[in-house]
Amino acid sequence: MKARASIEPLLLALALVALALFPLLGAKFYLQLFAKIMIMAVFAMSLDLLVGYAGLVSFGHAAFYGIGAYMLWWLSPQYEAANFWLTLPAAMAAAALASLAIGLLVLRCSGIYFIMVTLAFAQMFFYFAAGSKFFGGSDGVYVYVKPVTGFLDLGDTAQFYYLALAAMAGTYLLLRGLIGTLFGRALLGIKSNEPRMRSLGFSTLGYKLAAFALAGAFAGLAGYLDAAQYGFVNPDLFGWRLSGMALMMVILGGMGTLYGPILGAFALVLLQDTLSDATKHWLLPLGIFIILAVLFLPRGLSGLIKRAEGKRG
Amino acid sequence: MSDSFVFFLIQVLNGVQEGLLLFLVASGLTLIFGILRVINLAHGSFYMLGAYLAFALTQLTGNLFFAVLLAVPLAIAFGLLLEALLFRPLYARDHLYQVLLTYGLILALEETRSLVFGDDVHGVDVPHFLDFSIHLTGALSYPAYRLGISAMCLVIAGGLWLLIQKTRLGMAIRAGASNREMVQSLGIDIAWVYRAVFALGVALAAFAGMIAAPVASVFPGMGNQILIISFVVVVIGGIGSIKGAFLGSLLIGLADTFGQVFAPQLSGMTVYVLMAAVLLWRPAGLFGGRAAR
Amino acid sequence: MAEPVLAARGLSKRFGGLAAVDGVSLALQAGRIHAVIGPNGAGKTTLVSLISGELEPSAGSVMFEDLEIAGFPPARIARLGIARSYQRVNIFTGFSAHENCRLAAQSRLGGGLRLLRPARAERDLDAAARHALRLVGLDPGGRATAGNLSHGEQRQLEIAMTLAISPKVLLLDEPLAGMGASESARMTKLIKSLAKDHAILLIEHDMDAVFSIADQLTVMVEGKVLETGKPGAIRKSRAVRKAYLGGPA
Repeated sequence: MKARASIEPLLLALALVALALFPLLGAKFYLQLFAKIMIMAVFAMSLDLLVGYAGLVSFGHAAFYGIGAYMLWWLSPQYEAANFWLTLPAAMAAAALASLAIGLLVLRCSGIYFIMVTLAFAQMFFYFAAGSKFFGGSDGVYVYVKPVTGFLDLGDTAQFYYLALAAMAGTYLLLRGLIGTLFGRALLGIKSNEPRMRSLGFSTLGYKLAAFALAGAFAGLAGYLDAAQYGFVNPDLFGWRLSGMALMMVILGGMGTLYGPILGAFALVLLQDTLSDATKHWLLPLGIFIILAVLFLPRGLSGLIKRAEGKRG
Repeated sequence: MSDSFVFFLIQVLNGVQEGLLLFLVASGLTLIFGILRVINLAHGSFYMLGAYLAFALTQLTGNLFFAVLLAVPLAIAFGLLLEALLFRPLYARDHLYQVLLTYGLILALEETRSLVFGDDVHGVDVPHFLDFSIHLTGALSYPAYRLGISAMCLVIAGGLWLLIQKTRLGMAIRAGASNREMVQSLGIDIAWVYRAVFALGVALAAFAGMIAAPVASVFPGMGNQILIISFVVVVIGGIGSIKGAFLGSLLIGLADTFGQVFAPQLSGMTVYVLMAAVLLWRPAGLFGGRAAR
Repeated sequence: MAEPVLAARGLSKRFGGLAAVDGVSLALQAGRIHAVIGPNGAGKTTLVSLISGELEPSAGSVMFEDLEIAGFPPARIARLGIARSYQRVNIFTGFSAHENCRLAAQSRLGGGLRLLRPARAERDLDAAARHALRLVGLDPGGRATAGNLSHGEQRQLEIAMTLAISPKVLLLDEPLAGMGASESARMTKLIKSLAKDHAILLIEHDMDAVFSIADQLTVMVEGKVLETGKPGAIRKSRAVRKAYLGGPA
């Protein structure tokens, strides 16, 4: 928990520079793919706040991702562009509010119950959207014109890429800063030993709610950007598959590190991309990969880095 | 009997039947949660496995009845294999890893199903001896097979009750998932208990899938659908409680059936509203006495 | 006699048909140590949990400085100034001793936007943590994670955390458990010194320690109070000898 001279910040800075320079060499297809990955990284980091720092294993985090996406659609005039600076905060606020409301219900549960009810509530959103004519039902809805920012053209692949990069870096820095505050310390205490926190005088429910709402807001950010990128919003964005993928990214990358989920996002989306080129049934090797990773990689990819570090110092 | 009363009766019968089928799946889930302390997201896949086995074997043998006789042991064998290979390493690990591994398992099982059986929807014929309708009134009659499903489920529920109340395994189950030492001091090998409970859970879910096939069809995604609802049942009924699973399943079955009839716009939401209501009142479920771990 | 800081009256806790604590009354005075002794299963730890709020009483009341606190959640009771230490070490094993105490001290800050201040900049918390660690005899600069400390050091940390929340009342549940002779002597001396600034409820099995520092004794058997009084009187009491102390101490 203490700051230790490590290579991690250096690696992160290098990665940032590399990503910033990427558009100079990358083909359009890869820019799009990497933008998608960075959006997933935002989603995964928001989940890491819950899983890795507050000890809350949510299997329904996609609920707030979907809300962010649907909010962009809802707030966009049908054939015109929405105002990015108005709609994004609105989408994040909606996601945070929903997160708060659901948190009030589910945070009374712990352990297995918590995992199940978070999954169930996300499914509730799924069925609602799939059954609603207004929201397009299971066919989904389309955002025909990308939102306008005033200086970035989101229709241009490279410029959207930089937006995604900014979102990922910004989310990382913000969450990293939050973890270092007194609030962040309390979250770690709650994850370590919640009953002790209570007996020391902390009202742990309030802290968990705050973390839940914040995580929801950033999930909403990711969903909003997803809708802005592809323009296609459908109930699967609420689905358990997406929640599961995010969880996998957090675990595979290494939870409780914030940069672990970023690694996980890159690893999993690239894996998914490679596999789906190879076969229509790519979910099978992916599923097997996940099973093997859980069995053989208990600390995830960041654990490998830490072990390599440990060997040196 | 007036037509509207009979209509109401039919909905009740449907709701009960749906609830009882759900009970088979949910009871397995709650046992596995409660005794093995494992979250098994792939539990719905066993239901799906049962249905597809029933489909394939009915085509082979010509009769659902024989198909079931063959399929149940196959499902149990498969379940025991999974338990030995994948679940045993999970018992000591955090729920998080159980969630992840079984998530990977769902993906793998679904794609395997897609490879072997394709993605079409299939139907299974109702066995001959139950293929008739009971005339109720006027134009309304009720399929005997559905009554047959309910009857079979009730028999199994009774069998489960006997198992839990009257056998050594049942004693181990009642002694509580929390107390390995106590179970072992009763002279029961805990590994055997785990295997038996897991096999029981798989068999229940698969059997449910088999007998449901003629009325619910056999289609991709059927496993996940029932899994989520089973989760809701377990949340409502309380983890580890068969009684809770029974009541919760009936409640959900009836709520879902009546919800679809009287408020189709809400389609499927009634179940979650119910869950939210129970959570507000009793966070550990109706019979989840122990603090939720 | 001065007004008690904390007074339990008729406190009971039933689990089904079993009364773990049955009609227990006792009072804590500022600057005094009130020890509760009795055989295992007498309900001593349950009594502490009832006062600390971790268990809700089936009957009875707990008054803390004119406030009825029975039924309050543990976080609220701790913030009022009643701190509890545990029989089985209950610390944050992944943090260092200093971080454990600093987190404990943080609870005094309450909530609100000040929680967004960077943790490292909180000099006050650091000072409070160092103070608590020094009081119990631990090295404030120790870098080892709490999980790697010796059992005795972990018990010391357990007390330090309780002190770090600046309580008025200390509920100490078997602080000497599992300690060797010299550690026990040291801990006993510490508890005696803490009585200056706190009202202390002490659950203990170590009779030497209890009789050397307690101002008041309550003997519990099977959930009920057998006898309450000064150490000398308790030691002589035939009823107590029969139920718990056995022959001449």
